[in-house]
Amino acid sequence: MPEDTLLAAPAASSPVCRELTVSELRRTGSESGLASPSGAGPDHSHWLLDLELSEGFPGEDGWTPGQFVMLRPVSWAFEPLWARPFSICMLERGVLRIFFQVVGRGTRAMSALRRGDRVVVWGPLGRGFVVEPETSTLLLAGGIGLAPFIGYARRHPRPDKARLFFGHRPEIAEYPLDLLPEAVVVEASRQTCAEELACFVGDLERRIAEYAARQGLILACGPHPFLQAVQSLALKHRARTQLSLENRMACGVGACLGCVTETTNQGLPVKVCTQGPVFWAQDVNLGGAA
Amino acid sequence: MNLAVELAGLWLKNPVLTASGTFGYGVEFAPYGDLTELGGIVVKGLSWEPRAGNPMPRIAETPCGMLNAIGLQNIGARRFVEEKLPLLPWAEVPVIANLYACDVEDFARLAEYLAGQEGVAALEVNISCPNVQAGGVLFGQDPAQAARVTRAVKDRAGTKPVIVKLSPNVTDITAVAKAAADGGADILALINTLSGMAVDVRTRKPRLANVIGGLSGPAIKPVGLRCVLQVSRAVDLPIIGLGGIASAEDVLEYILVGAWAVQVGTANFLRPDTAFRITADLPQLLDELGVSSWEEFRGALRG
Repeated sequence: MPEDTLLAAPAASSPVCRELTVSELRRTGSESGLASPSGAGPDHSHWLLDLELSEGFPGEDGWTPGQFVMLRPVSWAFEPLWARPFSICMLERGVLRIFFQVVGRGTRAMSALRRGDRVVVWGPLGRGFVVEPETSTLLLAGGIGLAPFIGYARRHPRPDKARLFFGHRPEIAEYPLDLLPEAVVVEASRQTCAEELACFVGDLERRIAEYAARQGLILACGPHPFLQAVQSLALKHRARTQLSLENRMACGVGACLGCVTETTNQGLPVKVCTQGPVFWAQDVNLGGAA
Repeated sequence: MNLAVELAGLWLKNPVLTASGTFGYGVEFAPYGDLTELGGIVVKGLSWEPRAGNPMPRIAETPCGMLNAIGLQNIGARRFVEEKLPLLPWAEVPVIANLYACDVEDFARLAEYLAGQEGVAALEVNISCPNVQAGGVLFGQDPAQAARVTRAVKDRAGTKPVIVKLSPNVTDITAVAKAAADGGADILALINTLSGMAVDVRTRKPRLANVIGGLSGPAIKPVGLRCVLQVSRAVDLPIIGLGGIASAEDVLEYILVGAWAVQVGTANFLRPDTAFRITADLPQLLDELGVSSWEEFRGALRG
């Protein structure tokens, strides 16, 4: 598949690599609002990390919502080895904000960062979501998949045209929904058991069918099974849908070929880092039941 | 001091190249530094036809290293020449094509095609990839086969230098190095990745779909240094050292054991400006150490 047939939205500017300084790290949903003294957050905790932009790093107009950055604290030396990819949650007023969840040793180490620590950052990377100001747009977020939609909604010229349907397992207080513009209608649904999950998938299908019927735009980000479900429903209802994939990456720049995904036309696998992370639902094969 | 180095007719303005498979087709790294500041660019391994590579997952993080089983996914030699090579500043920085084939005749055909391109400064023959079923490391583990492949490529390479990239996954790397030299290699590059695997006790599965992959990164530097030392003692050809190079100091370690130049590999993933930073750091480090020429420094530990 030629590389440019998959373009979701063009990158806003060339990426750069800079060392940025941590200005704040805040645990969401916690009473203190501060990192614990040991710096180690409990598993699955959620954090907002603010990095102060340095000269040359693209600012507010230099990124497209849905793009991501690679982060690697300087203190890591060779352990862990790889940087970690994160959706850009916000990039405004001189601050790059990342919303992340502790899921492994890399994110656990990141939750121990302190103000003043240096982090190597390269980006903005990849291709983000399309923006159609006058089109009714449904944002489907699963858990930490909320992160890119905060920036998307804040940058949208008509946030009143956007609606967020948000599925989550941890408590709602873990998620910084207050960062969304007030004009965005938010519906949240918590799943703690199989019955609630089945109910959520039913709600998902009703909304996807509704937006498909009125030629709306659907954008989704979340865990792989969530994206598989959205893709399957989107194809069933012929809904105009984009998916943001979160594959494992080493480099983020299209060199390691570790993040590739299959396309539906049997060409070479495509690189999620540079040809995605956002793809039209009909273009990629996520291995779900279609 | 003058950083330039000449290896069998291949002129480099400094000894820092990028390793195949870790620097894409070069253009991916253009936003992060001036490609013309590098000593050379070795591009992603090329086969005659495009290759889809291995199933996912095909990379895994390991202590101070990584495993990969990409399986030589690439766009094929023709598309490289038509689409990527024109985007590279090949008149100002040597671009080296790394080539892979399943049999000797295909190696020869590929070599003739790539050597015939004006923008290709040299050929690097991959007889050491552990992640493909046919050919791959098998050519690099049998001295007679290594000599055959090298001869076939050399015969079709015209005036372009031929680099043979060796595998550490052998009992005696000097035997394969001598065979490559007998086959007409102009330059040797070593080492490729070490064969390895990683296991997930929670899923009770290997971390790579391919089960076995190639280990690279800082974890393998001691093996690379050892191999370069052994080969530099045994074979009278210029050597390009690689394996775990992430700093200017690492470059000089390799040169002390006998390398003429180096390739930076996995460290390009750790941050995309690594090779540029190493190149920029070299002069100051050489100055600090009082080194005034490569000739006085190179191979000082070879004995």
